[in-house]
Amino acid sequence: MSAGRLAGPAIGLAVTILLLLLPLTLRGYGIYLMSLWAVLTIAAMGLNLTLGYAGQVSLAQGAFVGIGAYAAALLTTAGWPLALGMAVGVGLGLIVGWLLGYPALRVQHHYLAFVTLGANTLLFLVFRNEDWLTGGVYGIPGIPRPRIFGLATDDPLVFYYFCLAMLLLVTLALGLLLRSPWGRAFEALRENPVRAESLGIDTRRYTLLAFAIGSAVGSLAGTVYAPLVQYIDPYPFALGMSLNLLLMVVVGGSGRFFGPWLGAAIAVLLPEWLRFSEGLYLVFYALLVILVLVFLPGGLMGIAERLRLGRRPVAG
Amino acid sequence: MGNVLQLLLAGLATGAIYALAAAGFALLWQTARTINFAQGEFVMLPAFFVLAGTEWLGLPLGLAILLALVLALLVLGLLFKRAIVDPLLPQGVLPVVIATIAVGILLKESVKEFYSAEAQPFPSLVAGGTLHLAGAVLSLQDIAVLLVAGLAILAMQLFLTRTRLGRMMQATAQNPEVALVLGIPTRRMVLYTFLLNAALVTLASILISPVYLAKFDNGETLGLIAFIAAIVGGFNQIRGAIAGGFLVGVVDNFGAAYLSSDYRTGILLLLLIAVILLRPHGLWGRAEERTV
Repeated sequence: MSAGRLAGPAIGLAVTILLLLLPLTLRGYGIYLMSLWAVLTIAAMGLNLTLGYAGQVSLAQGAFVGIGAYAAALLTTAGWPLALGMAVGVGLGLIVGWLLGYPALRVQHHYLAFVTLGANTLLFLVFRNEDWLTGGVYGIPGIPRPRIFGLATDDPLVFYYFCLAMLLLVTLALGLLLRSPWGRAFEALRENPVRAESLGIDTRRYTLLAFAIGSAVGSLAGTVYAPLVQYIDPYPFALGMSLNLLLMVVVGGSGRFFGPWLGAAIAVLLPEWLRFSEGLYLVFYALLVILVLVFLPGGLMGIAERLRLGRRPVAG
Repeated sequence: MGNVLQLLLAGLATGAIYALAAAGFALLWQTARTINFAQGEFVMLPAFFVLAGTEWLGLPLGLAILLALVLALLVLGLLFKRAIVDPLLPQGVLPVVIATIAVGILLKESVKEFYSAEAQPFPSLVAGGTLHLAGAVLSLQDIAVLLVAGLAILAMQLFLTRTRLGRMMQATAQNPEVALVLGIPTRRMVLYTFLLNAALVTLASILISPVYLAKFDNGETLGLIAFIAAIVGGFNQIRGAIAGGFLVGVVDNFGAAYLSSDYRTGILLLLLIAVILLRPHGLWGRAEERTV
């Protein structure tokens, strides 16, 4: 957000051109990875709002992606348009996220981490056990790709541009939100809740809002994830995805607006770069996270900031 | 009736193991403000140290367990404190939480990569068998687990409350500044706490692995249950965490038998959420100032 006068737009332009043109040179799998990156970035940006800006830790973001994915999958396989799936998914995300915010009014930090972790496991159990609705462990196959303004998105490249468009829309919306009084209130909540309260900010309301909006953005990511992979079962939405999204936010730089872009890119690309090492990439990934935490409290985005400012930024 | 007795014993036996993990968890929080999200993986790992000792080095079981204990003290005690907690704690509770999540993934994936992704049979310390009592079929293994874990918990309580060292550790946990003024080497006491936790998880690991087999992803459930036990019991009190462990073990077994085995973790989670909302300091804990 606090990008330098010229460097910011220049990097932004370069990244946009790269994101638009790079997939043209890629084949199926590469395009799939870039689409996955866009989807995960949306989910991580939602979590970044809750965790990075409002300072409320949530270990349930993966389950919210699941809520969106199941909403989209159930409605589109029943013949409804994806737009309806998105509306329902985001609506459910808002409601469940709002409810999840209530424990945050009573407890903080680690307690909150446990409650949200518990909520993730509960939602996962619902996905897995309620066969009549979710298909249980057999999942939901044959999720169709949407038609956007009459244009079929069955081609992976076209669907990628749809994912990218969604990411840009979410980025724009969150950027506007964070510049609004709501965004300021979220940051006040993170920095000093007592002071925020004394300045007349309704901390109760903003805590719930931070959870509801962040979670709903996660569900939105899920509604794009379902048509991307076209088959969903409960396992991707277990605790692993929530932890992974949390680590993306932290590696990119918690509370850094574009942190999730970088964090998600590393989470998606690292397994590919370390393909030679088979499953070992998670070991490297965990080590990377620990190193970032110990040596770079501001995440990787923090380095960019440090270089630009030419001095040590205030740890955030 | 026999069935109830059977379930109760099995619940108490697993509960005793949860109590060990939960007590270590509570100790770390009290003394070092460390919430260890990797506690489940800490319980998973020593069993693999033992297996590495018997399978790779061909050691007899007793020696392998000793080796596992030493390794656990070094890796899960000393190294964990020096490399993770010491640098991160000044930044606050949350960075430590996130780092221990990463540590959990690191341990889990390392075991999967370097040992095996398959569940491993683990040698039991006692012969299997059953005991018939008042119409109930009681497993000897459950009785042995309950005895060993119970004695360990008793010994730890006596150590913490009756010995000079234990009382110094408690003083450090309760008020580090005053403890330092009174001449207690608080930094060393914190280190001892990490070592004690490492010993507790090693014992828990050796007791639980013959029952559930040793598997790299055991930590997920174990960790979750240890947290639930600690929070439900009240994790600013070691006694609370221990009671929570037994309670959770019993509730888990009865819930799975009489309510729903599909939602067995769910029952515990509802218990957790209810306790956090209604009695955040736990059923047996002291009320603590809330962090704002």
